[in-house]
Amino acid sequence: MLFPPPQKTATDRRVVITGAGIITALGVGWNINAEGFRAGTTAFRPVTLFDVSRQRAKIAAEIDLPAGLPSTRLSPNKLARLNRATRMLLLAAHEAWAQSGWQRDGPLGVVLGTTSGEMTLGQDYLRQALAAPHDFKHQATRVAYYQVQRPALVLGEAFDFQGPIINISNACASGANAIGHAFELVRGGRAERVLTGGYDALCQLTFAGFDSLQALAPTPCRPFDAQRNGLTLGEGAAVLTLETLASAQARGAEMLGEIIGYGAATDIHHLTQPHPEGRAALAAMNAACAVAGIAPGEVDYVNAHGTATPQNDATEAAAINRWAGDRAPQLPVSSTKAGIGHLLGAAGAVEAVVCLMAMRGQWLPPERALTTPDPVCRFQLVREPVAAKVEVALSNSFGFGGANASLIFRRWS
Amino acid sequence: MSAVFIHGIGAVSPAGWGVAALRAAVANNVPLPVHRLARPGWKNQLPVRPVPPPLARLEFLAHPRMRRAGVLSQHTAAAALEALGPDAALVQTGARRLGVIVCTLAGSVTYTRRFYEEVLQAPATASPLIFPETVFNAPASHLAACLNSAAINYTLVGDDGSFLQGLALAADWLAQGRVDGCVVVGAEELDWIAADAARRFRRSSVYAGGAGALYLKASPDARVELAAITDSFTYTNSSSRAEAARRVRAQLGPGAPDELLCASGADCSAWDDWSGARVTPASILGGALNASTAWQCVVACDEICNGRFPGGWVSVSGANQQAIGARFVKGHAENSKA
Repeated sequence: MLFPPPQKTATDRRVVITGAGIITALGVGWNINAEGFRAGTTAFRPVTLFDVSRQRAKIAAEIDLPAGLPSTRLSPNKLARLNRATRMLLLAAHEAWAQSGWQRDGPLGVVLGTTSGEMTLGQDYLRQALAAPHDFKHQATRVAYYQVQRPALVLGEAFDFQGPIINISNACASGANAIGHAFELVRGGRAERVLTGGYDALCQLTFAGFDSLQALAPTPCRPFDAQRNGLTLGEGAAVLTLETLASAQARGAEMLGEIIGYGAATDIHHLTQPHPEGRAALAAMNAACAVAGIAPGEVDYVNAHGTATPQNDATEAAAINRWAGDRAPQLPVSSTKAGIGHLLGAAGAVEAVVCLMAMRGQWLPPERALTTPDPVCRFQLVREPVAAKVEVALSNSFGFGGANASLIFRRWS
Repeated sequence: MSAVFIHGIGAVSPAGWGVAALRAAVANNVPLPVHRLARPGWKNQLPVRPVPPPLARLEFLAHPRMRRAGVLSQHTAAAALEALGPDAALVQTGARRLGVIVCTLAGSVTYTRRFYEEVLQAPATASPLIFPETVFNAPASHLAACLNSAAINYTLVGDDGSFLQGLALAADWLAQGRVDGCVVVGAEELDWIAADAARRFRRSSVYAGGAGALYLKASPDARVELAAITDSFTYTNSSSRAEAARRVRAQLGPGAPDELLCASGADCSAWDDWSGARVTPASILGGALNASTAWQCVVACDEICNGRFPGGWVSVSGANQQAIGARFVKGHAENSKA
């Protein structure tokens, strides 16, 4: 029963990550992405997925999707119906699933974050409905696969499990909120394991939307640069397998890291603009630290939301400065959006995997395009590839509507 | 276990603005008139049940955030504020921490369609005022802004059953002490593209719009208590859907003949042997996904509140994701709103 809940365990349970899958414009899978993030590789190029000739911005971090999909229980017919976002999600989930060593074993919950789902199918539906009002060919399939719950159902079919599905759509914090909610389900005794993550594919509507707001940069984004001129969109997916420490130890599973904190808060200042002091960002970071039982001084690296819009970065910098206090001048911070763009609902999930990579490899992901750090940043912006001791990492994700979320990870050793 | 009580209900439906209009329509038990909605390129129009205009100017529309807010946001705010009642003022002054959960499937579909039509015509001049309103969590954000509430705020996107998942999440937040109260809204918007899409699966469907809301707190001075929410039983085809509905029924138990079943209308066989009273709000109001589920819950709570039934059961077989159910029972207080 979802309510009343099962009796809460005496102490909060530790939550570990035993599988991680990732796909970004840097490539498919952990290794190529780790290599790219460690080196500070950038993956921007002219948009080819749709017409941007009449837009101000013309670049994004597009993914070269592989022609084939991994072998799962999905039939060729089903596979053929999957669109871009679901294909990305499936690729990431397959990597996470394989790495975790999970087998079908009772109900398994899925918590995903996305902003747009399969919006390209919605676009196709509308175009056909307007251009050929009496032609219904493919329209039912488009509706079925457009709906946000469908990709999660596809994962269940692919890996032969069933369980409750939660889709959180809190704009660009969706991926972080999804992982945070999954963390709370496992930590609070609601589930032994949860499959979680975020995904979003580039689509014309979203691209034109950010362009209409003049939020897109015509050149590759430069988070926290004094001359930054906007964000660059990307696409991708990341999936994590979360389970209790006891469950992972009983299976002899390899632990990629531990989630120790999650905080969320709402910025009610404006639908698209953060409060200048970053109050909700600060509240989210503080709340995550409180759950983790750590002080900001114990955090070794912050993966910032860092979209490279003038407002976000100034606000986030102010919040990090206040949150870190005296530690700020020594605190390494970077935004990996400098390499792969803003992945919207996937951002929080992909950046969670980047934190795991940094902790596993003991390095910090640099922003190599940064030329003049914004003087508002009192912290250390990581500009070159560097080895570092990273035991604890914090990841920020903020979104339209004032959705603010922070996650804290600890290295498993 | 932490008990959870329903401290307020709110509704915006094809019957009108407010629970009273919904109550009257359900009591009348006659399907509301079907309206015709123009569908571009068609001679025939789409059968729908829209929300009628409000009888008076709604006060909350004066909030700066609501100036451009779409219909979905307006319905969300109206239902939530009705459910919150006098507690809205306590939230606004910071005396109450309020969680907000908005559940939807189609989201702000009118603005989304309109914005994409502008993009197709001339992307360079597509409106920057509309785009942010297309985001799924815009209604939840506007509601939080109207209430001056900076506490946790989620938008859940999924089929009709998501509203009950939202209630369970609210109960968790209350049990964890993260919030003092939580308002859960199920909301959907009527637009020709959504009605057109719904007809791809059920030609007889009459699409509707609106919202329903429940206000949950842990304090027992309420006339309705949340007794149970079943697991969410997912399915991928019609046979497993029927099985999922049966599992919901099994988990909720046999029920008592003096209790009320508020059904979604898509799960009849699992409830064939139900001996008590039964109402299917969607058959009167039209189908509106998460708003429909919210109306089922509002009706169940309202009937308990009015003393007509000691318990109310809600059964949902969603569009294509899950079957899930809930049960409400009589609470302890006599003078509370719900």
